[in-house]
Amino acid sequence: MSEILVDVKNLSKEYKRGGETLVVLKDLNLEIPKEDFLALMGPSGSGKSTLLNLIGGLDTPSSGSVSINGERIDQMNSKQLSNWRASNVGFIFQFYNLLPVLTAQKNIELPLLLTNLSSSQRKQHVETALNIVGLSDRSGHKPSELSGGQQQRVAIARALVSDPDILVCDEPTGDLDRDTATEILNLLKSLNQDHGKTILMVTHDPAAADSAKRSLHLDKGKLAS
Amino acid sequence: MKYWIIIVAALNRKRWRTGLTISSLVVAFLLFGLLRSVAVVFTEDIDLSGDDRLVVASKYSIIDSMPISYLQRIKGIEGVDIVAHQDWFGGTYIDRANFFPKWPVPPKEFLDIYEEYKISPQDEEAFINTRNGMIAGKRLVEKFNWKVGDRIPIIGDIYFLKDGTNLWEFDLVGIFNDLENPANEEQVFLNYKYFDEARDMANGTVGNFIVKLDDKEEGPRIAQEIDTMFANSMDETKTYTEKAYAQMFASQIGDIGLIMNSILAAVFFTILLVTGNTMSQSIRERTSELAVFKTIGFSDITVMLLVFIESLVICLIGAFLGLGITAILMPGLSEMVSLSLGQVALDSSIIISGIGIAVITAFISGFPPALGAMRLKVVDAFRKN
Ligand SMILES: Nc1ncnc2c1ncn2[C@@H]1O[C@H](COP(=O)(O)OP(=O)(O)O)[C@@H](O)[C@H]1O
Ligand SMILES: [Mg+2]
Repeated sequence: MSEILVDVKNLSKEYKRGGETLVVLKDLNLEIPKEDFLALMGPSGSGKSTLLNLIGGLDTPSSGSVSINGERIDQMNSKQLSNWRASNVGFIFQFYNLLPVLTAQKNIELPLLLTNLSSSQRKQHVETALNIVGLSDRSGHKPSELSGGQQQRVAIARALVSDPDILVCDEPTGDLDRDTATEILNLLKSLNQDHGKTILMVTHDPAAADSAKRSLHLDKGKLAS
Repeated sequence: MKYWIIIVAALNRKRWRTGLTISSLVVAFLLFGLLRSVAVVFTEDIDLSGDDRLVVASKYSIIDSMPISYLQRIKGIEGVDIVAHQDWFGGTYIDRANFFPKWPVPPKEFLDIYEEYKISPQDEEAFINTRNGMIAGKRLVEKFNWKVGDRIPIIGDIYFLKDGTNLWEFDLVGIFNDLENPANEEQVFLNYKYFDEARDMANGTVGNFIVKLDDKEEGPRIAQEIDTMFANSMDETKTYTEKAYAQMFASQIGDIGLIMNSILAAVFFTILLVTGNTMSQSIRERTSELAVFKTIGFSDITVMLLVFIESLVICLIGAFLGLGITAILMPGLSEMVSLSLGQVALDSSIIISGIGIAVITAFISGFPPALGAMRLKVVDAFRKN
């Protein structure tokens, strides 16, 4: 077994709604080694997105710890988490979430605005990312001028451009047809195999889960394989 | 500023709406620029010294007159150089639309005081010596195609002739100009002596005295002395500097400064609502975009600042365009009002307070959405779609 990248220990997450407490995750443990490609499956409402957001540093746990590359992100404040996310994790969502008035190139450049890179260095990084996702010829297009699959490629390029170790994907193919979904999955596979990205992907499509190296099921707050 | 692209993107998202919001700001700042420039005339503090010409008016009303015999007594006051006087003639030249002020004055004393009205010695001589003489400003002469020697008919409305008719005839004997303030060329001066002898009433009275001082620092004392001299008489006086008189004259229309400031307050309150509404709506529509910024590592504070800057850019564009158009229109406006109010100008203090208002408007209207943007939690934003 190679080095552990994500180490989740006794993780619990509960939401208080009115007087009730909803326990979504309960004493959950998970280790994800470097360069893993893990599919997370489970019924709707089982807490998949919640777990993904905790690992991606978008949310903080009720108890337990989340360490990424040895760093306790559960103990960071909001400002530290922002900084951490900027350089360590890339997010890919079901609905792409691109800025409609910006070209593909500018959308991809956004995360780099937070770095000290010069404008020409940023351009170079953007080109590399566009190349990896196979959209070099569409760099000047706006999202409305691109197909769903192409928009998701732009979103993937945006997640990649700051060269994070880990990519978290929440139902990345949920809004795509079968053929396009397969293309996106192949792209993720190559990012994992050829570029060494560790990928954590939520999906409820078994075919999508087959692209991963392994898959886990989340149900009633517990993980099972 | 590499974040510029984000601001531009935000403004471009609904160009039509951004354009409308900026347009309403432009109109507001245009109104602000124009009204403030004029309001300054009504609200600035008038210093009794610093003006070497005083205007003596009847104490209780600008339409009351005073006996001409006051002239000698005023002249006797220490420090008084020249005394002239003027009356409001009213009257119509052919058509009401041709309105211009017509002032019966004592020619020599009046022209000695108003050195800025340039006139040739021959014309001045002719004015002094022609009983029904009249001199006119260059602009009027050009406007009506007059020439020296023309007989100008004026239909009197305040003053009738002794025979009960009201067709006055004046001989144009000279032309004056005022290079500094050409709007002053849109008036005529008549020989008081003839006017007073020929009119059917109020003979031996004048509307105002104009007093030229030896030393402008003496203004307050001399004004005081004049008013004391005629206190307890039938016709009490109130003495102003020329500028204060103009301000008093204009404010007979009402408390213009207050009216203007109330209008502006209403305008900006409306603008605040418009801008605030635009900002809130535009940010609400972009909740998921803001969540994306946070997801990729923009801090809460940075996102909040982006919203504020967006609001600031909208307001500043509106202010600069509005004040810019004001600056373009200002010479025309000044021209229009200069005869009654004196020159008006887009003062730097107006520009500075305009920009100040833009910044405050941006801050207030940007505050609720900026706060919302700062507090926005990514997980909640994405949960909604
Ligand atoms: N911010 C929240 N407030 C209250 N309940 C929440 C919140 N986020 C998630 N939940 C609840 O937690 C449970 C798990 O949600 P989620 O992680 O989105 O599930 P999945 O992604 O597996 O469909 C659901 O019952 C959901 O309603
Ligand atoms: Mg989910």
